[in-house]
Amino acid sequence: MGVMKRVSLVFKAKANKALDKMEDPRETLDYSYQRQLELLTKVRRGVADVATSRKRVELQMNQLQQQANKLQDQARKALGMGREDLAREALTRKSSAQSQLDELQTQYAQLQAEEEKLTVASQRLQAKVDAFRTRKETIKATYTAAEAQTRINEAFSGISEEMGDVGMAIQRAEDKTAQMQARAGAIDELMASGALDDVGGRRDDIQSELDMMSANSDVERELARLKGELTTGAPKQLEGGAPNGDATAAQGYQAPQQSQGPYTPQYTQPQQPQQVPPAQPPQQPQQSQEAQHAGLPVSDLPGLADERQEGDGS
Amino acid sequence: MIVRILGEGQFKVDDAIAAELNQLDTDLETAVEQGDEAAFTAALTRLLAQVHAQGTPLPPDILEPSELILPHEDSSMDEVRKLLTDEGLIPG
Repeated sequence: MGVMKRVSLVFKAKANKALDKMEDPRETLDYSYQRQLELLTKVRRGVADVATSRKRVELQMNQLQQQANKLQDQARKALGMGREDLAREALTRKSSAQSQLDELQTQYAQLQAEEEKLTVASQRLQAKVDAFRTRKETIKATYTAAEAQTRINEAFSGISEEMGDVGMAIQRAEDKTAQMQARAGAIDELMASGALDDVGGRRDDIQSELDMMSANSDVERELARLKGELTTGAPKQLEGGAPNGDATAAQGYQAPQQSQGPYTPQYTQPQQPQQVPPAQPPQQPQQSQEAQHAGLPVSDLPGLADERQEGDGS
Repeated sequence: MIVRILGEGQFKVDDAIAAELNQLDTDLETAVEQGDEAAFTAALTRLLAQVHAQGTPLPPDILEPSELILPHEDSSMDEVRKLLTDEGLIPG
């Protein structure tokens, strides 16, 4: 016997078992109807739960987008002040935020699809429950023992299959939502900790290596572009504000001699460390204070991270 | 003949294509027995495509049990095994 037939028999066995428990066939109708109404409530709650998760992901996407914008801004400012090390750090973090954002977009689409499926399932169940109620009333009104059992069995097996299907759909949606909530919680923590760089994902080494290479080249490209903007706008600024070489030395970075013409990278790229010393953007104390006073999950990532590290050190 | 696809609802399918569906179903069963996930996915995809192409959705207010029930389109082989052996997977 094939898979399809066996699955349908499993469903039928389930329905029959429930039917056998009832002594008076009419009881079956009322009892089943109660169960149907409960299931309807449950599937609607399921839709609401998925919607809540979807909104949460949406909120996180907005936060990450703001963060990415802020980091971009910080990079521009840092470069304007000749702190290329800081600009690099900001752009690296921005790149991490961006990859988180991409992942969230996928999740968002999945949740949306799940929500749609459950909504349709709930509408279908509603139609079946209505049909069942009508049939239930008819059977009760014209009740004769002889034919009742057959008609009740028919109605019952028709709806019970649907209930099994919807029940499974709810279960599947719950499982998926739970997974995504766990993921969303992890991203929240990540954003709060300021350690967006090292996302301990389930990817293999090669993939993370590739990701790092691509992230690095993104950073370089952005850096070059920003430099280009500055060079054409205010060339003097960069020449005057040479880096002091404190944090930059630790990163294996050598400051460019001059900034003339199109920028060419002059540092030793491959050894770029994952962990970069805490960045100190000039505008950061003000932001940290704001964040603390507001008591909100801080979307200003460098601000919070630095604040914490300073506190630990003292 | 009425066929249900779990998570999608019921479809009315012409009895004439029953043989074709059964052949695909046999492929599916063989894949499950041999633990061949790739063959399983391929067979399930073909089976679902066939029901989608040949079937017409049953109006939702019809209370009829299905003759055949197909797993969700994104089912894993493991899920289908449970569906077959363990009634616990169907709630209620």
